[in-house]
Amino acid sequence: MSLAEEQSVDHGAEAFVRFDKVQKSYDGEILVVKDLNLDIPEGEFLTMLGPSGSGKTTSLLMLAGFEPATHGEIYLGGQSINNVPPNKRGIGMVFQNYALFPHMTVAENLAFPLLVRKMNKADIEAKVQRALEMVELPQMGGRRPAQLSGGQQQRVAVARALVFDPKLILMDEPLGALDKQLREQMQYEIKHIHENLGVTVVYVTHDQAEALTMSDRIAVFEDGIIQQLSTPDDLYERPQNSFVAQFIGENNKLHGKVSKIAKGVASVDLDGGGTVTAAAVNVSAVGERTTLSLRPERVEIEPAKGQTENAITGEILELIYLGDHIRTRMNVAGNTEFIVKVPNSAGNKPLAEGAKVNVGWQSMDCRALDALG
Amino acid sequence: MTDATLSTTGAAAPLLAADGTPLKEKLARTTRRMKMRALLLTLPLVLFLILSFVLPIGQMLYRSFNNPTGSNVMPNFAQAIKNWDANQGIPSDDLVEIFVKDMASAKKNREVGKTIGNLATRVNYEIPGSRSLFTKTARRAGKITEGPYFEALVKIDKRWDNPNVWRTLQRVTNDFTLSFYLAATDRKYDSSGAIIMADELYQIYLPILWKTIWLSALITFLCFIIAYPVSYLLSTLPLATSNLLMILVLLPFWTSLLVRTSAWIAMLQKSGIINNVLVYLDIIADESRIQMIYNITGTVVAMVHILLPFLILPLYSVMKTIPPSFMRAARSMGASNTYAFTRVYFPQTIPGIAAGTLLVFILAIGYYITPALVGGSDGLLISNLIADHIKKTLNWSLGAALGTILLVVVLLFYWIYNKLVGVDNLKFG
Amino acid sequence: MTITKLLASTAVGAAIAFGSVAAQAADLTVVSWGGAYTKSQVEAYHKPFIAKTGTNIRSEDYNGGIAEIKAQVEAGNVTWDIVDVELSDAIRACDEGLLETIDHSTLPAGADGTPATSDFLEGTLYDCAVANIVWSTIFAYDKSKMADGPKTMGDFFNLQKFPGKRGLRKGAKVNLEFALIADGVAASDVYDVLSTPAGVDRAFAKLDTIKSEVVWWEAGAQPPQMLADGEVAITTAYNGRIFNAVAGEGKPFEIVWDGQIWDLDLWVIPKGAQNKATAFEFLNFSTATEQLAAQASYISYGPARKSSGPLVGKYHNKDIDMGPQMPTNPANLTNAVQSNFEFWADNADQLNERFNAWLAK
Repeated sequence: MSLAEEQSVDHGAEAFVRFDKVQKSYDGEILVVKDLNLDIPEGEFLTMLGPSGSGKTTSLLMLAGFEPATHGEIYLGGQSINNVPPNKRGIGMVFQNYALFPHMTVAENLAFPLLVRKMNKADIEAKVQRALEMVELPQMGGRRPAQLSGGQQQRVAVARALVFDPKLILMDEPLGALDKQLREQMQYEIKHIHENLGVTVVYVTHDQAEALTMSDRIAVFEDGIIQQLSTPDDLYERPQNSFVAQFIGENNKLHGKVSKIAKGVASVDLDGGGTVTAAAVNVSAVGERTTLSLRPERVEIEPAKGQTENAITGEILELIYLGDHIRTRMNVAGNTEFIVKVPNSAGNKPLAEGAKVNVGWQSMDCRALDALG
Repeated sequence: MTDATLSTTGAAAPLLAADGTPLKEKLARTTRRMKMRALLLTLPLVLFLILSFVLPIGQMLYRSFNNPTGSNVMPNFAQAIKNWDANQGIPSDDLVEIFVKDMASAKKNREVGKTIGNLATRVNYEIPGSRSLFTKTARRAGKITEGPYFEALVKIDKRWDNPNVWRTLQRVTNDFTLSFYLAATDRKYDSSGAIIMADELYQIYLPILWKTIWLSALITFLCFIIAYPVSYLLSTLPLATSNLLMILVLLPFWTSLLVRTSAWIAMLQKSGIINNVLVYLDIIADESRIQMIYNITGTVVAMVHILLPFLILPLYSVMKTIPPSFMRAARSMGASNTYAFTRVYFPQTIPGIAAGTLLVFILAIGYYITPALVGGSDGLLISNLIADHIKKTLNWSLGAALGTILLVVVLLFYWIYNKLVGVDNLKFG
Repeated sequence: MTITKLLASTAVGAAIAFGSVAAQAADLTVVSWGGAYTKSQVEAYHKPFIAKTGTNIRSEDYNGGIAEIKAQVEAGNVTWDIVDVELSDAIRACDEGLLETIDHSTLPAGADGTPATSDFLEGTLYDCAVANIVWSTIFAYDKSKMADGPKTMGDFFNLQKFPGKRGLRKGAKVNLEFALIADGVAASDVYDVLSTPAGVDRAFAKLDTIKSEVVWWEAGAQPPQMLADGEVAITTAYNGRIFNAVAGEGKPFEIVWDGQIWDLDLWVIPKGAQNKATAFEFLNFSTATEQLAAQASYISYGPARKSSGPLVGKYHNKDIDMGPQMPTNPANLTNAVQSNFEFWADNADQLNERFNAWLAK
């Protein structure tokens, strides 16, 4: 039983968007989306996160109505929308390249969905102006999209998706074309708009930092399957499998074999020597191979005796000064890419490359996951 | 402190480079070499354009209103008759004497462009049937040695008594003439020197010009109707498939024009493939085979086929740049397929449509071989008439005048286009 | 295109290029109308001339008209040495100073000793041109499809009696004469009538009666082809083309001589021809009695010399008497018109405009 199904049980019938056993294949040979079950409650900001080819964009296009589902049903507000054309679904959408119509002014772009709805002229003007103010571009209505900066275009695209008051907004990597600083700024702005308007947002991205910043919940896609559906902190702190652990945040991997399981704690004999204890997440039997996942910031260097439940000796290979912390690459139990983030605080002893030091961590910070990956 | 001095005097004094020369001068000097080199690279093209385009067209324009035949053949008479008042009817005998002497010396002249035959041909354009009047009179002009000269001329041929002959001679011996533009617009001078329309039975150029224009418009429209969906298909298909289809579109492009036209003859003629199939399928009877070639149908079919790629290519290249997300965005905002197409997709293809249709129209209006081969008696277009005057009748001035009118028509359409879509908006590829 | 094909075509191209360079070096360039007609001249003139003088002759084809001659003379680069032209073109080119003048006294006397000036048929010698043959525009039909065929020019215009498409040359010349003859004008009066506006109207009115059924041709090779394809039932044509289709290809075509309009082909020498002396030599050689007679055994065009008449025998490889095939054969001349070059020189421009206007309606 996957976690997605657990969630769907939780939210039950009042889900605003529901994927029910949805499958998608383009060529009849490969399933791009395999058995997708997902419930999204009204007002939620849900992010579909995953590498390219993981099925997240396809799922979004099916929800928008641009791709038919090969199997299964998609519900919106309790109604199956499989046979509803995209223009009747009332879903706002923001595209990766913004898709602002180049032959229309900004105001004409914003008025487009309202004109389609045959709204009267005065109402359209008022709504367009309000939308422009919402994205802080009140003077830009007369310009052509090509005359705007990337960030401004992005805002117009968001405003256009919102201007006709849809209950659901889909965003397909909307910030992909912006530079880093602007991207971070836009993340907050979109999040605030979501909070203020209370619309439901389904957001697709491959950028995990973006997902963590903005989302209420994140669905991690890989290989056409949702690997984990959780809140951002759960996802980071408690990855359910090694793919998620690796995809979200930085992660040290140690391979080994389970020698004992008791009360949710597994003892693991490391391949590189030594035995450590870890939270038994994805292991069920003694003798099973496992991959331990350990966040770099949860590792202590030279812990005091008894301060950590695990301690093991390693060698410092490289020190990188990063201001707020020192990124330390070590060889621990045969893993030469073992990273420790040492806070740059006054009390810390200076470290030297080539030095042999002890590293330690709490058992609950280290998760014994599936051996694959 | 230096900043302060600069800012007080800076408004008037030019900025100086580090070595004291004005900055503008310095910049000009450093970029001069680059500019010279760029100019040098374009030189072959500029020369080529001047030699192969500007000069010939300039010459054509000039030839359409300048014809020095009259003054070449009869230099003295041309000078003498210049200030003569044509309303006198018959010129004075002094003037006629100059004419006779010029004619006698022209008769001996065998230099190309200065023979009596040249003059006879030239006058014959103005007074049809008068050619022999000149060749015949010239043979005997040498024998007229004393006055009265006018009576002597009338004795040779009574037509010299007609004032219109002399009026025309005055006009013809003037190098600058409107005659060819008049002829090209089915007009002429009447015997009193006023401009009138030619007899309806002889009006040919304006009707053919109108026919050429509307036929070109029809061909352009049909090309558009066919090319638009094809280009759309090409731009949306996966690359491998669209490349294959593109080759099919371009294949006729790589085939000789004559081969393509002949292929249409084989297809469309009475004993051709289409008629044979129709007869075989008993759709039509053997004796009522359809005439599909050697008429307007044949011209239109063959020209649409030949000109199609010129519309597909710019359309395709424009459509290729329109991402599918535009249509999706419109659909997501509630637009039906039709609405999204007319409001979002179609407007963005207008630059391609404009460029393609303009190209096809201009090519069609000057087309010549295809209508000549498959047009039959209906296939006579303005360019065929031009070719006729250049190649057969050798009335180059009339050909030039017709060519100039065609050029003006094309420029006129270009101007209208510019008003409608703007030349900057044309996208050829 | 495969590499071999590419190479082959390049080689052919190079050969043509070199060929034309070589042609520059030819001793004489003779220009004529191509096809069966040029072939008859090659057999009757070129080959014996080469055998006699060793001159290297290059034969070139063209489609008539004086545009090329004019262009060459005006450019001062005359590569054509001697050209076979129609009479009206010869007169006009001569009038405009594009041709060398020819002294008739230097032309060879006939085989029987008659001086050239009296041996040539009347009206075949001009200041700049010497006629070689008499040709004719006639009409013809396929007798395998029309057993009891048309006999007179009137029949050609009679759609009730002889239904079917008609082939006519695209242009005013010849057609207007045909129309008047069909309308009952005597052959000798044709140009008098045509010189009046009423006569022109009458000719066009007669053409109107068959306009809807006419297929227009332009090149001489078209009419026999159109007859063979069944594209037309009856067509006007050059008599030599029809004869060659009958004699050479065995086509069942029948020529109707009634109302034939005969004309001349003449040799002219463009002014400033590069090989002028050789051109005159060739002119004299080819217009001698035997050569003109010899040409008539390859194509059914009549020699321009009286003394050649008796020497005309049979078709070169078949037992066909050439005499009756000639436009000048007395039996064929009973209702014939000689094309009036002066009329056409005066009126061609205007009548062609009217013709085109009429055609476009």
